[in-house]
Amino acid sequence: MDVQLLPNKFSSWFASRGWAPRPHQLQLIDHLSQGHSTLLIAPTGAGKTLAGFLPSLVELEARGKRKPGAAGNGIHTLYISPLKALAVDIARNLETPVDEMGLAVRLETRTGDTPSHKRQRQKLNPPDILLTTPEQIALLLSDPASARLFASLKTVILDELHALVTSKRGDLLALGLARLRRLAPNLRTIGLSATVAEPDDLRAYLVEQPDPEHRALSHMVQVAGGAQPDISILDSEERVPWSGHSSRYAIADIYRLIKAHNVSLLFVNTRSQAEMVFQELWRINEDTLPIALHHGSLDVGQRRKVEAAMASGVLKAVVATSSLDMGLDWGDIDLVINIGAPKGASRLAQRIGRANHRMDEPSRAVLIPSNRFEVLECQAALAASKRGDQDTPPLRKGALDVLAQHLLGLACADPLDALATFDEIRSSETYRHLDWETFERVLDFAATGGYALKSYDQYAKLRKGKDGLWRISHPKIAQQYRLNVGTIVEAPMLKVRLVRSRAAGRRAPVGRGGRVLGEMEEYFLEQMSPGDTFLFGGEVVRFEGIRENEAYVSRTTSDNPMIPSYMGGKFPLSTYLAEGVRTMLATPESWKELPGQVRDWLEIQQEKSVLPAKDGLLVETFPRANKHYMVCYPFEGRLAHQTLGMLLTKRLERLGARPLGFVANDYALSVWALGDLSQLFSSGRIPLDGLFEEDILGDDLDAWLAESSLLKRTFRSCAVIAGLIERRHPGLEKSGRQVTVSSDLIYDVLRAHEPDHILLQATWNDAAEGLLDISRLGELLARIRGRITHTGLPHVSPLAVPILLEIGKEPVYGEAMDTLLADAAEELLMEAME
Amino acid sequence: MTALTSHLRKYAAAPVCHDIQINGQLVGLHDSGVLWWPEESILIVADLHLEKGSSYARRGVFLPPYDTGATLEKLAGVIDAFDPACVICLGDSFHDANGSDRLPAAYRAMLTTLQLGREWIWVTGNHDPVAPVRLCGVTVKEITIGPLTFRHEPIEKVGATATAGEVCGHLHPAARVRRFGRSIRRACFVTDGTRLVLPAFGALTGGLNVTDEAYSLIFRRRHFSVFMLGNDRLFPFTASRLVGD
Repeated sequence: MDVQLLPNKFSSWFASRGWAPRPHQLQLIDHLSQGHSTLLIAPTGAGKTLAGFLPSLVELEARGKRKPGAAGNGIHTLYISPLKALAVDIARNLETPVDEMGLAVRLETRTGDTPSHKRQRQKLNPPDILLTTPEQIALLLSDPASARLFASLKTVILDELHALVTSKRGDLLALGLARLRRLAPNLRTIGLSATVAEPDDLRAYLVEQPDPEHRALSHMVQVAGGAQPDISILDSEERVPWSGHSSRYAIADIYRLIKAHNVSLLFVNTRSQAEMVFQELWRINEDTLPIALHHGSLDVGQRRKVEAAMASGVLKAVVATSSLDMGLDWGDIDLVINIGAPKGASRLAQRIGRANHRMDEPSRAVLIPSNRFEVLECQAALAASKRGDQDTPPLRKGALDVLAQHLLGLACADPLDALATFDEIRSSETYRHLDWETFERVLDFAATGGYALKSYDQYAKLRKGKDGLWRISHPKIAQQYRLNVGTIVEAPMLKVRLVRSRAAGRRAPVGRGGRVLGEMEEYFLEQMSPGDTFLFGGEVVRFEGIRENEAYVSRTTSDNPMIPSYMGGKFPLSTYLAEGVRTMLATPESWKELPGQVRDWLEIQQEKSVLPAKDGLLVETFPRANKHYMVCYPFEGRLAHQTLGMLLTKRLERLGARPLGFVANDYALSVWALGDLSQLFSSGRIPLDGLFEEDILGDDLDAWLAESSLLKRTFRSCAVIAGLIERRHPGLEKSGRQVTVSSDLIYDVLRAHEPDHILLQATWNDAAEGLLDISRLGELLARIRGRITHTGLPHVSPLAVPILLEIGKEPVYGEAMDTLLADAAEELLMEAME
Repeated sequence: MTALTSHLRKYAAAPVCHDIQINGQLVGLHDSGVLWWPEESILIVADLHLEKGSSYARRGVFLPPYDTGATLEKLAGVIDAFDPACVICLGDSFHDANGSDRLPAAYRAMLTTLQLGREWIWVTGNHDPVAPVRLCGVTVKEITIGPLTFRHEPIEKVGATATAGEVCGHLHPAARVRRFGRSIRRACFVTDGTRLVLPAFGALTGGLNVTDEAYSLIFRRRHFSVFMLGNDRLFPFTASRLVGD
């Protein structure tokens, strides 16, 4: 590789640092100089970020200092990262080489935290390199100044690309890229990514797709992985629990590991697990080791403090959720502890990459399974890691609600030509499948709400002029848009604010004062009554109430939270790992690698019942306490199982089995009923093949969806992103009672009157892939067809114990709301009669 | 209406309601959210909020435009079932003052048909303080018939004799009950035996939890009952069984 690619200034700087420019860094400069967009795949520690910027820095140095007022004074390079903090951090790191080499390069950041006067100035007098987030790009593109701003754009760097493309933010960014390519036709993109299963997906994402038949790909530079990671599974003396996700049993082991290492990073799957582990560690922290907590719901200030402490080497351990999965390289982590099953081989690889970012030394990681099934899952993940397999999900199909938001934004900047815009959108890989009819419906939605009943034409937000171009009908529409854009909803969150307790019998309304501790999911807070205590921010707090969009909590001295936060994993295990676990279960020879207690458990299962076959479905039935239980082991993840459970319950009801409820976790599903399920299945009264028939995904699913609160939450999210429900609307916001329309009401009316409305379609698309995992469920049903094994047992089997223990901890479904209400009402009557 | 018709009406079979007494007067609560006064053959419905969709659309929020149609259909259903001699719309019948003007012709015709052969009283509300245009019916701010007084907004006084027999809307009452770790929220009637607040009948109307401060200006704290709307029955609860939002 020709080192002459690097100008003298740069090679001297490298030399002064004692570094040699790496091959992949030079390759990137080479590719870009020839106009090729390129994907760089490298594990952490490979100098990815510098590699991404070098081509731009070299070009800018060659260009020399800009004369004020000269042509081409727009932005030269955009750097886009999914995290605000990352953008800020990278900017800081980049300033070092720029200053030390004395380069004529101006670089600035632009995030939600950037003050408005600075943002204004950036539009008028843009920097050479702008480091920013996807939402800011959307905002900039909605400004009439965008054409001028981006006309001379040469490069777009997309960092952590593997993480960006898996969500709707990736969709929004894809649309933004398509527009940027129109504004700056010679644009080149650089994607920086960790290892993924399908690099071609990312390569296609990076470039224009002019041909609907053929997939265009960017160039690629792959950096070979570093030394094999040293991963082990904790083999604890303590008894591994049967079920749950608490891993409390291993706290002493974890503490010992922390003590024995320099700096440890503890990863958990959910925020509530983080809180629990943090609390438990401090309970036994006799040496007062500095252990910190970091998750997305904590106050920003607190998070920054932890990040700074990490960077300055003051901490011994940090307990974190995926909020820390990506980004910043802090030196001396020498141990990664993954608490709970990693859920995916790629996810595990990325987390391990966090440890010890010096590539040539092996990273060290310990997996802590929180129940016996998780031991199997960890084992599968370990095997996958040894083989270097990846299981990242395939590229998403672009979401329609995001498209609606984007179209409105484009119209705010410039009059919109429908046909040209359609082509532009289809030139992005994520939206290549978009058909004209759907595009028109989305445009119609953005203009008037997209209803079959054309009552809103007079109030249209977008109007088609005589020249055939669409324009916003009033400037305040642009104002509305900018207030709401890009706030991609994950789950409606409420701020959690500390106030004085009401407990002492105070009648006075809860005070407004007190600082904000962080944020928490609304649906969790909705469940609580004043007086309930729960864990937040590392302490136990008392719920006082919800006022407007804030939840008020007060301090308590209590040690034990009453409300168990939902401990389940946020992510179901990947299909890849599921298969690994199924294989392990079906092959007794492979069990010798498992801890003794788990091996015993499986051996007893083999004795008392049967082992689930690798492909196919095992269904066990047994009586217990006046009810009859059915347990099956699909291993398709909690979400798919919940959907299946709902459908099976409905079907069993129709078949006269009188089901009462069900519970599901990542591995298994259990339904209990008054009817004798063993008898019904073995006699053939209820044929199992018929029970698991694929058509269960038709009418039954539809009927259930009408009541599903999961779907309502998805709808709400889509409605906000698409702009149907405004988050902040000038003039409509009132102090006191919030003037918002409940999305649930809108959902009910739409389902009743226009079930094929574009927003319901968007909701369904989300649910099918994400929340309800319908497609995964469909694959399961196809796979097990004709391969269902039933065994009727006299009592619970060893394999079924974990799922039965979940009853009482996991939410239980299956009882109609009205029945519950009737129950509650009758209870009162009974009390009254006694 | 002849004396015979009104006599027959009084004894015609009406849908099953939950009978209670308000200020000594027997009335029926129906699971559709309407109030039925059998002795006078009066049907009372509150907070229709017609043309809410178009009201929001004017401000750039495109709610589904089916609310008026859905509400009127539901109203037609109850009027059909009860065949009342008189209908009282207890305020906020339209979401804003121009709502009745915006009413599409088809719905106007539907509403007019419902009004045929019976008396119709529009009580004004805070959202619609003026009489609806191009529609039949008498517009009043409030009306007293026998022991009951019908107005939109309740008088903010607890336990006063002035409020005895008051039947109103405005608050969109809803109640939440918790059971087996899940909570259920429904629109409801709320009463203490002397005064009654009706749930909002309209399709796109939300609800204010009865444990909210606003209700403490109307009922003595925890001294009221709610009747939550179910699929085809009502569910009664005392205030102590309810939880906030």
